[in-house]
Amino acid sequence: MTDVTIGAGFQAVADDAPALKVRGYWRTVGYRLRYDYVTLFFALVIVLIALAAICAPLLAPFDPLKTSMAYRLKPIGFRQFALGTDELGRDMLSRLIWGGRMSLLMGLTPVILATILGGTLGVIAGFLGGSVNMLIMRTVDIFYAFPSVLLAVAISGTMGGGMSNGLIALTLVFIPPLCRIAETATTQVRSLDFVEAARASGAPTRSIIVHHILGNVLAPVFIYASSLISVAILLAAGLSFLGLGVEPPTPDWGLMLSTLRQAIYVQPYVCALPGLAIFITSLSFNLVSDGLRQAMDVRI
Amino acid sequence: MRGLGKAGRAAGASGPARPRPKLDAVPPGDPRDRGGKIQPMLTVNGLKKHFPIRSGLFNRRTGSVRAVDDVSFVVLKGETLGIVGESGCGKSTLARLLMHLIPKDAGELVFDGEGVDEARGLTLRELRRSMQMVFQDSYSSLNPRLPVEDSVAYGPKVHGMPRAEAKKVARELLEKVGLKPELFGSRYPHELSGGQKQRVNVARALALNPRMLILDEAVSALDKSIEAQVLNQLRYLKRHFNLTYVFISHDLNVVQYISDRVLVMYLGQVVEIGPVDSIYARAKHPYTKALFSSRLSMDPDDRVDEAPLTGDPPNPINPPSGCRFRTRCPFAEDVCAARTPAIGTWVDRSSHLAACHMEDASSGHSHAGQAPDAAIPSRATADAVNP
Repeated sequence: MTDVTIGAGFQAVADDAPALKVRGYWRTVGYRLRYDYVTLFFALVIVLIALAAICAPLLAPFDPLKTSMAYRLKPIGFRQFALGTDELGRDMLSRLIWGGRMSLLMGLTPVILATILGGTLGVIAGFLGGSVNMLIMRTVDIFYAFPSVLLAVAISGTMGGGMSNGLIALTLVFIPPLCRIAETATTQVRSLDFVEAARASGAPTRSIIVHHILGNVLAPVFIYASSLISVAILLAAGLSFLGLGVEPPTPDWGLMLSTLRQAIYVQPYVCALPGLAIFITSLSFNLVSDGLRQAMDVRI
Repeated sequence: MRGLGKAGRAAGASGPARPRPKLDAVPPGDPRDRGGKIQPMLTVNGLKKHFPIRSGLFNRRTGSVRAVDDVSFVVLKGETLGIVGESGCGKSTLARLLMHLIPKDAGELVFDGEGVDEARGLTLRELRRSMQMVFQDSYSSLNPRLPVEDSVAYGPKVHGMPRAEAKKVARELLEKVGLKPELFGSRYPHELSGGQKQRVNVARALALNPRMLILDEAVSALDKSIEAQVLNQLRYLKRHFNLTYVFISHDLNVVQYISDRVLVMYLGQVVEIGPVDSIYARAKHPYTKALFSSRLSMDPDDRVDEAPLTGDPPNPINPPSGCRFRTRCPFAEDVCAARTPAIGTWVDRSSHLAACHMEDASSGHSHAGQAPDAAIPSRATADAVNP
């Protein structure tokens, strides 16, 4: 029965510990993503779409707004028009490239804004709890009572059409779910002992939120937000389709789909192109979001 | 026997293996000392915490849980005060009250002669620098997204220490608790074992160079062998950093091993307080006796055949009148329901007090003044005494 001497003997525990290769959280996430080829492929697709949208003036072969009565509704591959022309004789390829700008803008901006606003509201509600939580979350519940499409249509309908009103409508639609996610995560983290310990060390609330809450809330909010991008693109397309988002003649996938639908019996393939673009983009965002969810679900 | 570890062995029939420091040895001077050697580190007077129970449509207060109800005691400089009691008796609430993590409803807390958060006393920030806490759950008490040395360095940084210096302090403390900083410093909590995490928690609590540590079930969740290591480490750190401990546990053996004095709680109140040897040898309060006799013995001849305490503790929402233990006490009489027994006056560190009418000669209890037999009477005798 050997006696453990005070102050010694503890080191022994540390000494036989294997020299473990320590990776940070984000490095672990990156490591996992490196071997997720599906996610990588669709991330590449997103990057290409984004690059095409950014470089639209350089890539587009024609002016997307230039109409031509002579070349209306030409099929794919007709002369110089690689993807045909629309009902006003505008080059489809150019319009699709330019339309990507608008669609990505409509897809990303509301999600980013809603993540910031909804996330902040949710963290505040979750951290403060009590009546503040009640006030914020019940207000959010009111928004939940309406289907999101209906809500977006109602908001941009009341405020009138146009791109900025469409953005505001989409942002408002996305705030409630993001707020809810942030609130749930914050409430869970707040009750853990390490937050209590931080308070016990005399840390001010702001420092506790920044150093201890946000790091643990960010991952779920981020994952959810990334899955909302494709929803936003589809909703924006829906709004444009209904004439509430982007106004003609601005090229936008949703709007193009809407105006071309009358020509569906004349040029079905050309009419399907904007829809295909929306499909590929939102599919890519969805799959990348799924990949991120798996990669970020590091056991902690 | 070997597998039981140090704590188990120490608490065996032979008593503590290590010689205990003499109780009246005054701790050596500390430059942080303000109130002098005689001034207790912490004086708690009439502390109360009643949690409201709200119900109904308008969240009206319909009652309250008396988690901590009129608790008074002192923690002397350099000692380890063990706090024991059943689950739900208010131990953890008491710890959180002492740390000012939850507001108290009534009572006073004096830290080294100074009131806390009062006009002329210590500020809450100063108190938190001097008093720290180690939580029970080593898993949830470390931020999973921070490397452990950052968790340790966080406290000093909050108190204005430059980042590099705080990191250095953190690495030194990790070394002190037996974790090599170059090996463990940049690890994340999920890469450590329970014992290692609890060491990090101790390091984190020490990072602000406190004078007092509250250990709320700090070793309860650990394996017996790891528990013994951490306990020994705590004793070492106490000497090294000149600390005072409040050690909360439900494990009587561990409390006996580490404490100088012991406080027994029942339903939010102090029922007995005294030096560890005196309490473990001659418990005065029937509850303490029952608690100690429920402890398993190493001696096969000394079996516990009958549960010394039956039933659950009464509901703290509506505790019994008078003595709160009377509903389960074999010696309960009319006087116990009529009057609340006083715990008596604390004199010095050798005072052994119990809140029981049988300890008070003038209480009118039939056993008053004559200490009842050390053993708890069997159920039959108890029924005869308490018809």
